[in-house]
Amino acid sequence: MGYPVTDSEVLIGRRNGLIGDSVIRPDGVEKVRGEFRFASDLPMEGALWGATLRSLHPHARIKRLDVTPAWAIPGVEAIITAEDVPGKSTYGLIFADQPVFASDVVRYVGEPIAAVAADHPETCRKALAAIVVEYELLEPLTDPERAVDGSHPPIHPDGNVIRHQRVLCGDSSATGPVVVEGSYEMGMQDQAFLGLEAALALPDPGGAGVELHVATQAMHEDLHQIAACLGLPEDKVRLVLAGVGGAFGGREDLSLQVHTCLLALRTGRPVRVHYGREESFLGHIHRHPATIWMRHHATSDGRIVKIEARFLLDGGAYASTSSAVLVNAVTHAQGPYVCHNAVVDGWSVRTNNPPCGAMRGFGVVQACFAHEGQMDKLAAACGLSPVEVRLRNAMRTGDRLITGQVIENVAPVERCIRETDALPLPDEPIGGYGDDPMRLPGGAGLTADRSHIRRGIGWGVAIKNMMYSEGFDDYSTARCVLEDGVATLKFATAEVGQGFVTIAQQIARTLLGVDEVRLDRIDTTIGSAGSTSASRQTWMSGGAVDMACRRVRERLFEHVGQLWATDPIRLVIEGDCVVDTVDPARRISVSDATSGVRLAETAEYHHPPTEPLDENGQGACHTAFAFVAHRAVVDVDPQLGLVKVVQIATAQDIGVALNPLSVIGQLEGGIAQGLGLAVMEEIVMQDGRIRNPSFTDYLLPTFLDMPAVLASLIEEPDPRAPLGAKGVGEPPCISVTPAIVAAIRDAIGKDLHRVPVRPQDICL
Amino acid sequence: MMHGLRKWGMMTSVISEISALVGHVLSGGYTVQITVNVNGTAQTSDVEPRQLLVHYVRETLGLTGTNVGCDTSSCGACTLHVNGQSTKSCTMLAVQADGQSVTTIEGIAKGDELHPMQKAFMENHGLQCGYCTPGMVMAAIGILDENPKPTEDEVRVALEGNLCRCTGYHNIVKSILACANG
Ligand code: FES
Ligand code: FES
Repeated sequence: MGYPVTDSEVLIGRRNGLIGDSVIRPDGVEKVRGEFRFASDLPMEGALWGATLRSLHPHARIKRLDVTPAWAIPGVEAIITAEDVPGKSTYGLIFADQPVFASDVVRYVGEPIAAVAADHPETCRKALAAIVVEYELLEPLTDPERAVDGSHPPIHPDGNVIRHQRVLCGDSSATGPVVVEGSYEMGMQDQAFLGLEAALALPDPGGAGVELHVATQAMHEDLHQIAACLGLPEDKVRLVLAGVGGAFGGREDLSLQVHTCLLALRTGRPVRVHYGREESFLGHIHRHPATIWMRHHATSDGRIVKIEARFLLDGGAYASTSSAVLVNAVTHAQGPYVCHNAVVDGWSVRTNNPPCGAMRGFGVVQACFAHEGQMDKLAAACGLSPVEVRLRNAMRTGDRLITGQVIENVAPVERCIRETDALPLPDEPIGGYGDDPMRLPGGAGLTADRSHIRRGIGWGVAIKNMMYSEGFDDYSTARCVLEDGVATLKFATAEVGQGFVTIAQQIARTLLGVDEVRLDRIDTTIGSAGSTSASRQTWMSGGAVDMACRRVRERLFEHVGQLWATDPIRLVIEGDCVVDTVDPARRISVSDATSGVRLAETAEYHHPPTEPLDENGQGACHTAFAFVAHRAVVDVDPQLGLVKVVQIATAQDIGVALNPLSVIGQLEGGIAQGLGLAVMEEIVMQDGRIRNPSFTDYLLPTFLDMPAVLASLIEEPDPRAPLGAKGVGEPPCISVTPAIVAAIRDAIGKDLHRVPVRPQDICL
Repeated sequence: MMHGLRKWGMMTSVISEISALVGHVLSGGYTVQITVNVNGTAQTSDVEPRQLLVHYVRETLGLTGTNVGCDTSSCGACTLHVNGQSTKSCTMLAVQADGQSVTTIEGIAKGDELHPMQKAFMENHGLQCGYCTPGMVMAAIGILDENPKPTEDEVRVALEGNLCRCTGYHNIVKSILACANG
């Protein structure tokens, strides 16, 4: 007997689908044929290979760096170090504190020190091995608490605290008859996108500029940072999006971009750099490990009176997005629950661990794990069920957050919980159907005794901000050209697998009545689209495409109005025609109407402005919010400490399902990553070193780990969203992690406060 | 410098000679001629004995549909067929494919007509970023060759060695079952 793949019925859409259809991907054919060019696939005759020399120590002074022995190796064409960076020597998304190459001090294992270009990857390896680096070892700062308490000298001129932010609201002395307290810990997760970092740089003649083909999440963010480091004007640096094999936040910061461009400019030849998996673990930022303390004060019937919290996020050696991650964490401390009084304090700090930054749901993943653990404690203390305590506290549109910000979005928290609760529990008996050992916790390889297996059920509910916060205007740009019945869209929105390309075509088809929508190359010859992160592209770039298409449609109506000597206000699109609403017999197909005519419009979509937080964490700092609930069912072998996640039920506030097939894909993919964080995924650190930089030791969920998923899509169009739709990328991976941990607690009756939950946490 | 594989094979028992050769091989430059039938066409190339099949296919032949996702033979992105058998092409040397027949993702469609498995992945949203897809499709075809009507559990067990970071796997399973039942 099988188990359901998913109960969410989706329609296989028409090839040329409209908004709301389950349209298949426009890049699907190329991808299934193996013809899609990922960044590692770019053909380039005569290109050199580049490679990076990295620090072996978490904290050391470079006493001597001698590259001359590497020049003796035949085939070496360039060797570059910090001295060869012509522009700004540092970069960073928020603070430019990260050196392109370390010059005096290295601050984490894997920090780039030099790069080489040569005729063959093996020549590069030999050249790197020949470079002499003498280090004077310094005491590494690996305990983030020591960054807060000031007991370790600064490891960077900017100090060891990247940001400190508190949120104070209401009456700090408020309390209630019920007080529950807990400490929570989260390990370092890796994005583990399957497509490794890769780039190809093509220098302009004479080194006047460079074109970089790269797999990234943020074309213009990359461009600004790269041009500054190269010391070139921005119009001399062109980025082209190469095929991206997943991102999940891990491509938001620069990795190989500047190095690849520098090598190409230095040699005057095309240079490609590809990371292997181990180098990828060293070469990109990770999810912030966190230590969180929370105390909830409540009435005896389980209503939250006050929350107190302290967050400590380990940002690693450089700032990356740590300050935004911290803001997300402290401002989401209350979860999707009403709370009028709060004392929240948080730090993101610098250590000699690997730099941490963006990963799907950043900051909120950490906060949610803690607040959901607290909700279960509160439920137990008040004798309520996990569902009831959450329903009693669920926030609604119009409620005020602990930052003072009022939720103006659709906020169907209660509905998310109730619809999740209404989804059926699994039929599958404890330990699986029949006597198939593969369905046991640990599978056939570990011999769980079926009679000892216990089942548990747990809950997680989340609120997630969307778009950028704190006054940042992360606008998006799109151009639409309508000509001879064909629409062409241009934008710099990074397609990383999420499916924005599909949505963009659907918008144009729907608004313009055309079947054929071409997608121009994704590059920086158009204005910024911001980054593919923060669940923002459907809203922001969808908004820009929508706006550009609407403007083109107005032009189309003006044009047809002139042809017919009719007021354009009477005209609408019906099917593939422009129709006169007053005289519906009068119609012309869009392709006839635009024969020989070119209508082009560019639009910039901006979200409403937000405010920075003040020192007490007050301010309407976020743009919009989405909500989600998860219920997890697990089977646990308490003796061996093994977990099998049997089923995840979820209801997610999505506004509108622009493409149900794609929404379900995001939900299931996000759930897999949240499951990974709950029970297996952790970058294991020891004295500043990653001990498991490979897919044999960093465990990812497989086909056999993925539970059945039941999903309910809550469609309450958000009037503030340009298409009524909210971003769907991040919420799925946020509350599923605490739900799984709660289910394990429920199964074994033990207080677990750390993810990933390890066998020893369960059975010792 | 070019040597035939046979010649390499004939250099026998003198240890110093072998270690000299090994040193030579490791330092690059030593090549072996192989002929592999790739997607129906015989391809003759000089390859370094240490070259992995995946790098031969990608770099020597320029067939970049087969991807590399790890250094440890853990991910399955490099799966192709050797003599009809699903094989992780990072677990095999190019020289081991000499005289064999290799099918890559580029070799399964008939012109514009997609292989039914390719079509099923597309229609069932069995891919997002698509990086795992060539390996998944090749592994999936391998499963149906051995077991034309697999159960869902059988598909999952058979594909445990292929990782996907985007989809959560369900739509991949759906794609394969749709292909088996279509
Ligand atoms: S590249 Fe072959 S299994 Fe990962
Ligand atoms: S679709 Fe991205 S790894 Fe599978």
